[in-house]
Amino acid sequence: MRNINVEIIKFLVLALLVLLLPAVVHEGYLLNVLVFVGIHSILALALNLLLGYAGQISLGHAGFFGLGAYISGILTATYSFNPWLAMLISASVVTLLAFAVGFPILKLKGHYLAMATLGLGIIIYIVFNEAVDYTGGPSGLSGIPNLSIGAYSFDSDIRNYYLIWTFALVAIGLSLNLVHSRIGRALRAIHDSEVAARVIGVNARLLKVQIFALSAGLSAVAGSLYAHTMTFVAPASFGFNFSVELVTMVIIGWLASIYGSLLGAALLTILPELLRAFQDYDIIVYGLLLILMTMFLPGGLAKGFPQAAAYLRTKFGRGPASDA
Amino acid sequence: MDLSDQIAQYLVSGLSTGAIYALIGIGFAIIYNSTEIINFAQGELVMLGGMFALFFLNFLHLPLPVAVILAVASTTAVGVLFERLTIRPLKSATPLSLIIITIGGSILIRGIAMLVWGKDTHAIPSFSGTEPILIGTATILPQHLWIFALTVLAIAMNKLFFNYTITGKAMRACAVNKRAAGLVGIDVRKMVLFSFAISASLGSLAGIIVAPLTMTSYDVGIMLGLKGFCAAIIGGLSAGVGTVLGGLLLGVLESLGAGLISSGYKDAIAFIILLLILFIRPQGLFGKAQTERV
Amino acid sequence: MLEVRELTQRFGGITALEDVSFTARKGEITGVIGPNGAGKTTLFNIITGIYTQTSGSVHLNGENISRVPAEKLAARGLVRTFQNIELFGNMSVLENVMLGLHTRSSSGIFSCMTKMPWHLKEEKNIRQQAFEWLEFSGITDLAGHKAANLPFGKGRLLEIARAMAVNPSIMLMDEPAAGLNNSETHMLAALIRKIRDKGVTVVMVEHDMELVMDICDRILVLNLGRMLAEGTPREIQENPAVVAAYLGEG
Repeated sequence: MRNINVEIIKFLVLALLVLLLPAVVHEGYLLNVLVFVGIHSILALALNLLLGYAGQISLGHAGFFGLGAYISGILTATYSFNPWLAMLISASVVTLLAFAVGFPILKLKGHYLAMATLGLGIIIYIVFNEAVDYTGGPSGLSGIPNLSIGAYSFDSDIRNYYLIWTFALVAIGLSLNLVHSRIGRALRAIHDSEVAARVIGVNARLLKVQIFALSAGLSAVAGSLYAHTMTFVAPASFGFNFSVELVTMVIIGWLASIYGSLLGAALLTILPELLRAFQDYDIIVYGLLLILMTMFLPGGLAKGFPQAAAYLRTKFGRGPASDA
Repeated sequence: MDLSDQIAQYLVSGLSTGAIYALIGIGFAIIYNSTEIINFAQGELVMLGGMFALFFLNFLHLPLPVAVILAVASTTAVGVLFERLTIRPLKSATPLSLIIITIGGSILIRGIAMLVWGKDTHAIPSFSGTEPILIGTATILPQHLWIFALTVLAIAMNKLFFNYTITGKAMRACAVNKRAAGLVGIDVRKMVLFSFAISASLGSLAGIIVAPLTMTSYDVGIMLGLKGFCAAIIGGLSAGVGTVLGGLLLGVLESLGAGLISSGYKDAIAFIILLLILFIRPQGLFGKAQTERV
Repeated sequence: MLEVRELTQRFGGITALEDVSFTARKGEITGVIGPNGAGKTTLFNIITGIYTQTSGSVHLNGENISRVPAEKLAARGLVRTFQNIELFGNMSVLENVMLGLHTRSSSGIFSCMTKMPWHLKEEKNIRQQAFEWLEFSGITDLAGHKAANLPFGKGRLLEIARAMAVNPSIMLMDEPAAGLNNSETHMLAALIRKIRDKGVTVVMVEHDMELVMDICDRILVLNLGRMLAEGTPREIQENPAVVAAYLGEG
């Protein structure tokens, strides 16, 4: 059961943390890492709505991220659109695309859905590589302008940090509202028992597609932000590997937890940086993490620690569920 | 070369890649039929076949037939290990968990392969030289013949095994009804193990026989695995003729598409076909429609 | 009221139902009995839109609902409980019942995300009504518990509370007494009567003969997919064909 005040306090604490962190963290490199934590948080959040709450797997979300990035990039770099307008167009296009594709795709379940989303993601990736006239091919697209409001341009690490995290906090707030509402309940119902959800009148088919579209649109916004922050995009960032990374973030955070996705995103963004020296080991680590997490801590880290603690207590304490 | 000659050439190469897809696809189908799991790691087992063969041939300088057999055996061992460590302990995992575990397994195997063998592509010598053979107006490489021959052999042995041996029939029984099979004394868990073993053998064989043509590296598994899966889906996840036809169809369509339309988008063809099949006829072109019982 | 006309369902070579017709009268409790495999759950699955029948039609309050998809039936007043109880295990008892009110609320994704005032008001309403239904089923004290942790008997009561929250005119119950002990079954009987007294028409598939004979106003007997008999409990008990096919086993 939700205590609304607790939720508001948690959010404010997060916002405060985000606001004040740069006072402690000055170095450009670290700020840059935090910018990426922000972008990845939005992505993990978007995927979590679909995967954690509605229970629908997508192995192709990097594709939506990439579409957002490329559409924004192409519109601004090649056609000199206003970046904010481009972002709006990009998000709308991707949302509509996902909505259209969502109907046939979400009729599928389990492995079939996983493969279909995988296939979709790879098709998008191939298009990025092959449509050289528009996307610049494997070498990427450069010359993407920074975002700006009037004369104020977001062209430094600290400015980008606040820009990205403003978007992230808004996304988090909206998502929190959504999951604590009747829609959020309906999503979790679909996940727990789709047949029972339908019987009490939840239009599972439509809702799944709507969340899929929302998730895609949000990922596209993250993509636009990425493009304008990096001023350069290349297909390599939007392939199957990244889709898997996103799924890993959601899983190690906590399926169906907004803050969990943040945790997952943060961990999986910071960890590779720490392991810079062991760069090639990262996919092994992801693989191991996925396997171990799914086998032993299916609730994810945010839930797993309390679970593990409770388990240890009953093992070494005075008995089951002892409060002593 | 005029158009019909070109098409003949595309057909030949398409059929041979199709045979590879068929082998991989059958591997998917076998595991699916006995466990209802889609083993995402299948593609990596294909890759391991090629890589192990490379190791035994180039590093240990073993003769070709020995190297092939050892490579298949090693990959089968990896497949069995994977099943033992990750699938076996999970008796009642949700489909989502199983998908994620096999994905985790696939990237783990790929990661280890990358560390051991590096990121370079490697070549394995063709089994019997590279002198092209002329059949009509199409040239065919000896390796293509090997691919056809070994694929036919593998599928024939597969059919014999499933239809005429006790173990094979036991596995088919598990595929139809696991609980009933258990009740009549079939060791279901052992059958699951066998299914992983057979899939690994077929997959690694596929990886070995195609390696001389397409080179091998640590990341060939992804595409091959996905296309093999596509073949299996076209065939309705049947461990027999349907998947073989699916693989051949896919190989030919891909080859024709690459040759006649655009080679850059070649890989996209397989996935577009996959999506179309999943959208329109998920039970496959050669499978039967099923009503789900609640 | 619910009317079923000449319903036939074939799965490949198996005929699960053949030419089944009956009417569940408004405000009555109708029981559907028959040996295992008689087609009772298939009948329910067809009525609730989970299966599409091979031929025949289903009418709700005069309207043909044969082609209406499952998720649209709740809004029309038709709900169902499941034999193996389908709860939303990871959600709380209260949240399960709040979901019953899904069709009686309407805030969409946008309103929910932005916490529009009408959404907030609606939420408050939903919560309040959910508590009322918890009270109806007698499980108010379990409101905060995780649904998956409930003992089976309480889970049943929860499923019923959730179904009632939909405010149905017809409730289909698939073996509600399955897995309940004697005292729980008596409480169930009282609850079903309470539901009937609220004006809800109840159609119940059951094996517990004592319960069926006790609370049903009319009984329909199915055997091997066909209708064997229809009538009051007394008529059924005295019907030789029924006794021969079924009741003899007790």
